Order: sequence, then C-alpha cells, then structure tokens
Amino acid sequence: MSGINDFSFKMGTVNGTGSASANGLLMQAIFRMGIPVTGKNIFPSNIQGLPTWYEIRVSKDGYTARPSEVDLVVALNPATYAKDVATVRPGGYLVYDSSWPLEPDLVREGITILGIPFGKMCVENFQGDRDRTLLRNIVYAGSLAALLDIDMDVISGMLAEKYGKKPKLLDSNHKAIRLGYDYAKANFECPLPFRLEKMDATSDSILIDGNTACALGAVYAGATVGTWYPITPATALMEQFKAFCEKFRVDPETGAHNYAILQAEDELAAAGIIIGAGWAGARSFTNTSGPGISLMQEFIGLAYYTDIPAVFFDIQRCGPATGMPTRTQQADLMSLAYASHGDTKHLILFPANPGEAFELSVQSFDLAERFQTPVFVATDLDIGMNDWMVKRFEWDEHYRPDRGKVLDAAALEKIQKFSRYLDVDGDGIAARTLPGVGGKGAYFVRGSGHDKHAAYTEDSDAYQELVDRLKRKFAHAATQMPKPVFTLQPGADIGLVCIGGCDAAVREAADKLRAQGIIVDVMRIRSFPFGSEVKDFFDTHDKTFVIEQNRDAQLRSLLAIELGIPRDDMISVLDYGGMPLTAKVVVDAVTATVSSQPKVSA
Amino acid sequence: MTSIAKPPVRHPSSRTNDLGLTIRDYEGAMSTLCAGCGHDSVTAAIVQAGWELNLEPHKVGKMSGIGCSSKTTAYFMKQSHGFNSVHGRMPSVTSGAAAANRALTYIGVSGDGDSLSIGLGQMSHAIRRNVNMLYMLENNGVYGLTKGQFSASADIGSKSKKGEANEQSPIDPVLLALTLGATFVARSFSGDKKQLVPIIKAGLSHKGFAIIDVISPCVSFNDHEGSTKSYAFTREHEVEAVHADFVPLQREITVADTHEEVRTVVMHDGASVRLRTTAPDYDPTNRESAYAHVRACQARGEIATGLLFVDENGRDMHDYLRTPATPLVDIPFEKLCPGKGALDKLMDKFR
Repeated sequence: MSGINDFSFKMGTVNGTGSASANGLLMQAIFRMGIPVTGKNIFPSNIQGLPTWYEIRVSKDGYTARPSEVDLVVALNPATYAKDVATVRPGGYLVYDSSWPLEPDLVREGITILGIPFGKMCVENFQGDRDRTLLRNIVYAGSLAALLDIDMDVISGMLAEKYGKKPKLLDSNHKAIRLGYDYAKANFECPLPFRLEKMDATSDSILIDGNTACALGAVYAGATVGTWYPITPATALMEQFKAFCEKFRVDPETGAHNYAILQAEDELAAAGIIIGAGWAGARSFTNTSGPGISLMQEFIGLAYYTDIPAVFFDIQRCGPATGMPTRTQQADLMSLAYASHGDTKHLILFPANPGEAFELSVQSFDLAERFQTPVFVATDLDIGMNDWMVKRFEWDEHYRPDRGKVLDAAALEKIQKFSRYLDVDGDGIAARTLPGVGGKGAYFVRGSGHDKHAAYTEDSDAYQELVDRLKRKFAHAATQMPKPVFTLQPGADIGLVCIGGCDAAVREAADKLRAQGIIVDVMRIRSFPFGSEVKDFFDTHDKTFVIEQNRDAQLRSLLAIELGIPRDDMISVLDYGGMPLTAKVVVDAVTATVSSQPKVSA
Repeated sequence: MTSIAKPPVRHPSSRTNDLGLTIRDYEGAMSTLCAGCGHDSVTAAIVQAGWELNLEPHKVGKMSGIGCSSKTTAYFMKQSHGFNSVHGRMPSVTSGAAAANRALTYIGVSGDGDSLSIGLGQMSHAIRRNVNMLYMLENNGVYGLTKGQFSASADIGSKSKKGEANEQSPIDPVLLALTLGATFVARSFSGDKKQLVPIIKAGLSHKGFAIIDVISPCVSFNDHEGSTKSYAFTREHEVEAVHADFVPLQREITVADTHEEVRTVVMHDGASVRLRTTAPDYDPTNRESAYAHVRACQARGEIATGLLFVDENGRDMHDYLRTPATPLVDIPFEKLCPGKGALDKLMDKFR
C-alpha cells in the first residue's frame, strides 16, 4: 500500500467523546471525492470511557477488506498509546496531541511523529468542556484533511448539509476544521507521501451498513410483523425497519401503520411472535445474535417440525456466553444449521456485504414461505454495523412475493379433503391454509407427534413418514438456494472456500497470491444446505482451503457432514480474534503450505 | 394412539344458533383426559359460550402451550385453526398471530404450570401488551402429565397425593393480573357452569386481554382430602363476589337495569355485562376495590369468584401498534412495498 488513493489510517480515541461523527465525516468526504473507501469501527461494549478505534482504508482498486497494515495512526487515547504506536507500519506516521509533552509510550524509531496541539487549540478557541471535547475530533479531521489532501470544499459542503439549520454549530465546526487544517499546513509538509486524489469510482455506489440493508429488504419483501429483544450487534436492524416503516408504511390518509413492531420480553417471545405471525400468514422476522439464537432453539424446532415460515436475522458476534459482543465472528454456523433438539436442519443465507444483504433479505422471505420453514440470514457484526461501499440497490418492479403453496377458499372447494402435511407434489412441501379460511381448511398445529393429516400420533411409521418428508423438503431446498459465487482463474488447482464477510479479504488475497505466482480459484458459499456446485468445486481442485472466522472450523465440519468431503482434505484457515478478516491472514496461510509456482504462461 | 374423532351425528331436534349451527358444531375431538377432569367441563363451557355467541368457528384461533389444559384446544371447535405450541409460550405465539390477523377471535387455553411457572413472563407480558384474547387458565395446583408435582398456584399447607404439604407461597393469577393492569379479570370454577359460561362470553366480547382463572380440579392427582384445589374444597370455599350476566347486543333493550347493586358494562362490540356484587361496597370497575376484595377473601380462606374486574376503555395491542382495522395479512403487497422510485430516491441519502 501507500501512494495515491491506496493507504489506510486509523484513529484511536475514547468511546463517548464524539469521535464517531468526525470519523464518519472523513470517510464520507473521501467517498464523495469518488475514491473507494471502507471504514471499520472497532468499538468497545461500553457507552463511555473505553478505547475505540476507527480504521479507514482507501483503495483505488476497490479493495474493501480490513487493511493488513496502517500507514497513519492518530493516537488520542493515552490508555492505548503503546498499542497504537506499535500498529503503525515501518516508515509510517503517528499524529498525537502535543498539548502535552510527548509521552514515552508514543516514541518509536522508524516512524514519523507529528505533534498537533488539538487540546490546546480547543481550549483557546472554544468555550465549555463539552464543546472543547467534541470539537477536538473535528480539529483532527481538519488536520487529516491537510495531511491527506481531502477536498475542503467537499467537507464544507457536508458540514453545511449536516448543520445547515443550526448556524452556531455550523460556525464552530467550520472553525474547528480550519484550525486543524491550518495548523497542519503551517507546520508540516502537506500532503504526506500517501494522499488522496479525486477519482470517479463511487458514482454508482453507496455507503451503507448491513443492518440497514437487511431492514430495507424486509420492507421491500412486504414483511409486516417484526419483533426482537435488544441485543448488540442486531438492534439497529429493527430501529432501521421502524424508521423505514415510518417513512413508507404509514397510511397518508388514516395514519394507520401497515406494520407491527413488537419489542419482546426476551428472545423466546420474539421467536414465538414471528412463528405465530407466520402461521397466521404474515411475513415476519426477528433480528438477534448468537445468545438470542440459543434462547430460540425450542421454538425453531417447533417451526421446523410444523412447517411454519419465519425469518431470523443472526448478526453474529464473538464468543460463547456474553463473549465480546462488539467484535465479529462467524461462529453460529453449527448452532444455526442444526438448531433445536431432535432431527432438525435449516436453511441459511450468508450475505457477504450490505448489498447482498438487501437481496438475500428479500429472498429469505420467499424461501421461508416457499419451503414453510425457518430461514436464517446470517451476517455478522462487521457486515451489520460497519459502513460498506457497495453498488446502489436495485429493485425489480415485477417482483411479487412467493407465498408458496397456500390453499385459499376457492382452492379448497376443488379438493375432497385437506391434509395439511400430505406431500402431493413429491417435493416435500405440503400445501398449507391460513387461519380464517374456513371450510375444510382448518387444521391443528401441534408440536407433538402428528401424521400427514395433522392428527396426533404416536405411531412409528406415521412419525417417520412425516420427518422423512421434511428431509426430502430440505434436499429439495438444496437445489433452490442461492448458488455460490465463483472467482475463477485459468490454470488454478488450488481452491479457496469462504462464506459471508470473508469474501472481500479472500478475493484480495487471491490477487496478492497471483502476484506471487500462486493461482487460486475462490468459491464463496452463499447458502446452506449446499448445492451440488459446492461439491463439484472440491472435486475439481487438488488442494482446498476453507477460510472462516471461528475456532472450530464449523464451515469445514458442515461440508464434511453434508457432502462427505474428508475433513483432512480441507485445510482450515481460522481467524477468530473478533476482527474483520484481512487478506494477509489468507495469504500467509496459503503460502505456508503452497510453494510459489512459476506463472502459467498464456 | 391417535386422536379420536367424534362421529358427526346431528339429532334432528338439535337447536341451532343464528348461524344455523348446533352445539355439536362447536365440539372437537374426543377428550383423552381422565374421566371427571375439570378441564372437560371448561371445554364444555367454551363450546356452549361459542355456540350462544354465534362465533363463526373458522374465525377462531385456538391457542395453547403444553400440559393437560393445553391439550383441550383439540376438544372444541374442530372447524377452527388450532395451535398447540411449546410450554409456557402460547402468549407470544398468540401475540404474533393477533398482530398479523386481528380479525380472528383468539382463545388461549393454559394451565397453572404453563402460565405461572415456565410461562409466567410470557403471560405477564401479554397482559402488558394487552393482546386481544380470551385467556383461560385452567388451574388445578398440580402438574398432571408428569404425575403430581406441586405447581406455583398450590396453596401453603395444601397436601400432595403422597401427603407432602406445600410450603411455598402461591402465585395467584387474579391478583397478578390485577397488579399488571389486566382489563378483564375473572375467576370461576369448572364445576359451576352457570357462572362460567356468561363470564366466558363476556371475556370473548372484551376488547383486550381477558383472563379467567378457572379452578379446575385434577381428579387423578389433586382431588384428595387436604388439597385446596379439590372439588369438595372449592365448592365449600367458593364465594361468588360478582355474578355476571352476559347480555348480547340485540337483547340489550329488554333488560331493565332496576336493581341498585347491578352495574352494566357495555362491551366494545355493543353487548353488555350485568354485574351483581355480593358485597355492597364492591365496585368491579375499580381495580383497587377488586384487589382489596380478593385479598380479603383470601385472608378469610375463601376463594373469590366471578367477573372481578373489568375495564372496557383500555387500549389494546392494536391501539398501541396503530395498526389499521384491516388485518395486516389482508393488506396488498403493493401497499407494503415502496417500489423502485422510492428506492432510487432513498439511495441518494446513502452517499
């Protein structure tokens, strides 16, 4: 990295001091300069006082994974000075607050240290502790604008948009930006060797987080009942759903809400509510994280066993128990795939970024209703809460919900007898009716043993017939789920396999490996159960790496269990410290086992 | 064993209601509970109330959790959709169903284990949410399906079949519901159909959460001497605090409200309930007075029954949600999806 539009920098600050808005301002300004950019908020499980970081990566080539190294660090949190200084790449830069003497923690050979008196300038120019604390962030944003060559007109425009109606705030923010900018210009050689230059690579893109994208998908899919119990990192999904519903779903004439949002008393109730709503015929969903999924297990089994559609968004976080709730992981794979007691298997979708999260969110409701079963949309904290640069969302006006096999009154008229769990078509999916339809459509949902007519049973054959149908339905679903995305190169005999948010880092790693003469194909799996294409990929590659963010190689286990691929034939690359994956982790793992080969000649 | 369907025999002289249905049309599968179980009497009372109220069976959702009581939703209204869910979680399933389709009448049947132990949280929150439903709590003080453990409603000193006395204080669903703000709180006895049927009808007409705690003895595990939930004990100690007569809308004008102790509460659908109190100073429309009365009865070792409290002006879940009169399930997709133009415009906000 390093150079024009190809570097990364990070700010180390104290949580709750207002740095988020300055960091967002910087990222958005770069985006508006037409330069591909990604931001990763590394934040604590805390409201105020603990360390927080924000990493911004600028990449003219459009790489969006977390950067492998940092060119510049703004160290404003004394509690993490030593750690922050250590993360600057050799030859990189450190910015610190020189209002106080340079602390020994901040001294390091081989990097350039730039002192800017942020605190002092704020004391001299602003009144009151609150303003001085908050505006210090805007001052460092100004300094970075000078050091990195951020377009000041863009920043001014953004401040005007944000504070247009609050002239006092607009003035103080302008002043703060200028203070930082002018100080850097006057005291350092600006810009630094790595800097920004306007491009035109973001005009068809947006900056959006995955929770917002999933919420928007739920609105567009026609979901009407949403319920949840607050949990990081999933909460914002429902907050965004509410905001979108207030915008799009309030009847302009009557003021009536064409949606229902219920804050449940716990995750068990949230699961019950969506299952009740799904049974009644509404598209319903809940958003949660690993601990919530644990609490919902019993209900998930009920919905599976009684063929009831419902969508669960699992924004995965780090660890068992409370774990590290503000860190990311892909560690709920096993608990989702076979959630609940007894024989159960579930449909899971793995979006890689907010753009795909929007599409798969819409699709999850179709799959849930078509297959009459719980569907999980598994994202993670990184996708859910960080702003990603993705293509603008598109909408096909011809889209209509796939409600699956639902018999209405007219359809019931035409049949002799309605048997709720009778597999007429041989695809494992039996037609359902919705409560209120009347006539012969009534049936009794029971979690206890039931036969194909929905009658109570303790008969072995009747039980097996029913669960065998569910197995058939699952096998049928495997042919209908979203296919993997392949990034192929001629001559590759090595395969990299990943899911979800690892995508960007793995594809970047593939490029880096090619530069080293190692040619690899990438398969990003997008759903569970796996389709036949997944098995084909393993069959056609001599060596495969399965890259995932958990300790126990859960994806590899699922591949071994479901496809019969020998476990030891798949090399695990595991990254489970809670941070978004970097390309370096993948490159290092591959190069450790594969020696460079001469480039394949064309 | 499979469920037993009752033969659809209709006696030519069977009376029909306004929908042309006989009472048999409101029955369900044959009960598999023990002979003499109080729950079967409650089922019969629900059947009668539904028939008398002219409920359209297919417009009813029968909801339950797990336990003897929860099985009974299969024993009435076979033409209704039913949902026998998981233990203690019927309230959340009903909340979701009601949010999706408010046009159905939801009858939830639960027991003291399902409601007061594993499901205490869910029941409490359904009360807070004021889900529009009838909540039958068939209360026998014992776990029947697992053969005789005390439930949370067992009174102090009440003896199990094995002779062990309960020492922990009971949870009284009536006092709990009054405390949590329930807008319809009643207690009755499975052996008193005359009292129970009008209360069920009133509960079905109530807007919001209507809870009826029905003392419903378990003949197998809690009907012995020393039990405070036996038929004999309940008959002896039941004190009807408030008698309720349910008056359907079309007959309202024929009822003269002459007696001073009779209060008439008009339900949201226009029907009314006439409440006769046995104590002159007791006002069943006053929560504090209801609470005090139930407490006073309890202190005397009596079981206060009747429609103990009703507030017909409460806001229910749909009021809180501001949902339209049309059920959400009937709103066309075109009204739910903002469409391409809106999305294109929205995208500009993310730049």
